[in-house]
Amino acid sequence: MIYHKVLVVGGGLAGMRAAIAVSEHYTNVALLTKIYPVRSHSGAAQGGINGALCNNPRGLHDSCERHGFDTIKGSDFLADQKASMLLTAEAPKRIRELEHWGCPFDRTEEGKIAQRPFGGAGFPRTCYAADKTGHVILHVLYEQLVKHEIKTYNEWMVTKLVVEDGICRGVIAMELLTGKLHPIMAEAVIFTTGGSGRSYGVTTNARTSTGLGMAIPYMEGIPLKDMEFVQFHPTTLVGSNILMTEGCRGEGGYLKNKLGERFMQKYAPDFMELAPRDIVSRCITTEILEGRGFDNSYVHLDLTHLGAHKIITRLPGIREICINFKGIDPITQPIPIQPGMHYFMGGIDCNIDCATDVPGFYAAGECACVSVHGANRLGGNSLLETVVFGAIAGEKAVKYIEGKKDARKGEKALNSALEQQESKINNLLNNQGKEKMPDITKEMSETMLKKVGVFRKKDELKAALDKIKELIQRYKNLGLLNKNRKCNQELMWALELEGNLLVDETVVAGALVREESRGSHSRTDFPKRDDKNWLKHTVATYSSDGVKLSYKEVDTSIYEPVERKY
Amino acid sequence: MADKQVIFKIQRFDPETDKKPYFKEYSVPLIDGMTVLEGLSYIQEHIDGSIAFRSSCRAGVCGSCGMHINGAYRLACETQIANLESDVITIKPLAHMKVLKDLIVDLEPFWEKYRSVKPYLIPGDPNPEIERLQTQDEREDLVGMIDCILCGCCQAACTMTGTDEEYLGPAILFKADRFAKDSRDHALKERINLTGGAHGVWRCHTIYNCQVACPKKLDPTGAIADLKRKSIDRGTRISFWGKI
Repeated sequence: MIYHKVLVVGGGLAGMRAAIAVSEHYTNVALLTKIYPVRSHSGAAQGGINGALCNNPRGLHDSCERHGFDTIKGSDFLADQKASMLLTAEAPKRIRELEHWGCPFDRTEEGKIAQRPFGGAGFPRTCYAADKTGHVILHVLYEQLVKHEIKTYNEWMVTKLVVEDGICRGVIAMELLTGKLHPIMAEAVIFTTGGSGRSYGVTTNARTSTGLGMAIPYMEGIPLKDMEFVQFHPTTLVGSNILMTEGCRGEGGYLKNKLGERFMQKYAPDFMELAPRDIVSRCITTEILEGRGFDNSYVHLDLTHLGAHKIITRLPGIREICINFKGIDPITQPIPIQPGMHYFMGGIDCNIDCATDVPGFYAAGECACVSVHGANRLGGNSLLETVVFGAIAGEKAVKYIEGKKDARKGEKALNSALEQQESKINNLLNNQGKEKMPDITKEMSETMLKKVGVFRKKDELKAALDKIKELIQRYKNLGLLNKNRKCNQELMWALELEGNLLVDETVVAGALVREESRGSHSRTDFPKRDDKNWLKHTVATYSSDGVKLSYKEVDTSIYEPVERKY
Repeated sequence: MADKQVIFKIQRFDPETDKKPYFKEYSVPLIDGMTVLEGLSYIQEHIDGSIAFRSSCRAGVCGSCGMHINGAYRLACETQIANLESDVITIKPLAHMKVLKDLIVDLEPFWEKYRSVKPYLIPGDPNPEIERLQTQDEREDLVGMIDCILCGCCQAACTMTGTDEEYLGPAILFKADRFAKDSRDHALKERINLTGGAHGVWRCHTIYNCQVACPKKLDPTGAIADLKRKSIDRGTRISFWGKI
C-alpha cells in the first residue's frame, strides 16, 4: 500500500506551500493533484498579495495591526480576530520568502517590492507582479517543489477520506488516466483543494473548482463552516466571466453606468471604486436592477484614461484577455463587466492551526475556513492566506506526527474503503438511469446564480433548497454516456458534480436560516446586520437526510464590532 | 445563428484498442462567442463521453489545453470558433509526445527535462532580512520571461524536438533563460552547462516555429539565442558535444 508521512491533496499555492513546509522535516511527503500543480486555479489570481511591507511612499504608516483591522472590518466582523491578526502578522515574512525564492514582484524606485492600492485597504499594501501575481507565485512554488524533490501524483483525484476510530488514516484516490483506485495511507492528510466556483454558472473559477474537496471531509462528518458567504467579484468580463482584477481599479480605473456616471460616488464616497468587493458587487447589481446598466446586464470598467503605457506595463494580462475573449482593447474601449461568483469565504471547519476535529486531518486555502475572511474577503488576502496557512498546516501536521503514538495504522479501514469506492464507481458506471449530467449541472448553476446570488430573500432561498435537494435525489439516477473505467473524464465530472451539489446544499441552507445581511450575504428581506442574533459562525454537518446546522462563537476579542462604512 | 452547426474533426486514439489514430467527426451547435474548449465540452457532455482532453482555467492562464487546431498550436480555451473562419475544426494532440488517449499526451518527459535545468532561483548570497533589492531596470529584463504557462505548444511546434527526443526544447530553454536573465541569480555557469551540449541550445536551428506557436506571444527563439550569446560572452563556448 502506498504510504506517506504526510499527503497533501491539492496542487495550488496552499498545497505546495504545505508540502514544502513538511519537506523541511520529512522526506516522505507527497502532493496529489487532479491536474498538474502549475495548472491550478491559484494561477488565475491577478492583482496581488497583501502585506504591510510599507514600501509604497503612501504606505509608510501601515502596519500588520492595521492590515488586521482592515481585514476584520472587511469581514463585517465575522472573522475570528486572532486568526486574522495571525494572517496579517505573518504576511511580510511570507511575502519576502516568496521573493527570496525568486518571485518576480514589480519594484519600487529603491528596488523593493512594489505595492498598489486595493479594495478595503487603508494603505497601498498589495504586492504585485503586473496583473499575473497568482501565476508567478504558482510557478515559484512549483520551482521550489522541484528543488525540494517532492513527490507528486499528477492527475490523481481523491474520492474518499478514510477516518477510523475518529483518526485520519489516509485517502482513496483514483488515477485518472487508468481509472484505477488506490488506497494511500498517511499519518496526516492536508486538504488544499480550493473552492466550488462551478456551483455557479457565472464564475471566475476554473472548470476544476468543483467543491469536491470540501464535500469529501463533509461526508466523513467533518463540518463546513460559514458556507453561505460566497464572494461575488465585482468585475468579471461579460460572456466568459473571466476575472478583471481589482488592480484595474487599484491602478485608477472607473466604474461607470450607462449614463456615464461614476456611480460609486453615491454608495461609498470615501473609497469609491475601492470599497470592498461585497459592497461594489451590490452597487453594480443595484445599478443594473434599477435600469442604469447596459442591456440590463452589465456596466463599464473604464481604463481608457489610464493611458496605453500604464495598461501595457501594469495590466497586460487584462488587455490580453479583453482582446482574446471579447475583441476589445481596454486602451481605447471600456470593458463590459458584471459581478460573478469568485470565492468561498466558508469551507472545512478548522482552527488557527488548520486542524479539524479529526486528528491528522488538516485544511488550508480556499477549501478551509480558519475564518480569517469572515463574511467578506478583501482582495489580495487570498494569496496571502494560501502561503501563510499552507505553511502553518504543514508545520502543524509535522508536530502532530511527532506526538503521535501509533504509525502505519488503518490498513483494514483503507482496504474496506477501497472496496466501498470500487462499488460506488461501478454503480455509477452501470447506472442505466435517465438523468443526464449536463441537465443537472445546468439546473444547479442556474438555481445558485438566480436564487443564491448577490441579493437573496426567503422564498427564493427556500425554492433553491428544494431544488438542490431534488437534484441530489436525481443524481442517483445519473446515466453516463461512457461506461468505461479507463480515462473516463465523464466519470470524473460525475464524481465532482456530487461534491458540487452537497456543497451547494450547505450554502443554501445556511443562507436561508441566516436572517440578516452581513458581508457577502445580503438578504433583501433582512437588510441590516444583526449582531445580537447572528454574530456567530454557521456550522453545517452532513447527515444522510440532509444538512444539519449549528452555530459557533466568533472571536471578537480585539475589536468591538461597529457598523461598516467606506 | 442558433441552428448553425460546426463540425469538430477530432483525432481519436486509445493505445490499448486502436492500431493507429483516426479522425472522428462531431456536429456541434454553434453559440455566439463559443470557444473550441466549449465545443469539446459539448461533445463530451452530449455526444460522446469517451473523448479525452485536458482543460482547467478556461481563461488562457493554466496551460492545460494546448492542442493543434486548424493548422496551428493554440489554447482551446482562448480560441473562438468564429475566428477560425471555418465550418470544420480539425483537432490533433501536441506533436512529438506519446499519445495516452485522444488529445492527452504523456507530459512526463517534458517535466523531466524541466526538472533537469534546475528551474529555480540560485542566489549567490544568503537571504537578507528583507527582500533582495532589484532595480526596475533589472526587473524589466524579466518582462516576457515570466509569462510562460508551460502549455507545450512551442515544444510540439519545434522540428528539432521531433528529431531528437532528448533535445531540451524551447519551453525548457526558455525557463532556463528566465533565471539566466534574473539579476538575483548567480548560477549562470551552471545554467550554461545544463543547457549546452548536443541536446541543448546548440541543437536549435533558429526556425522560429516556437515563437510563432506561442499562444502568449513569447519569444523562446530569442531566449535560446540569449543563452547561446551568454555562453560565448563568457568565452566558455561549449563544444557541440561536450561540457566545459
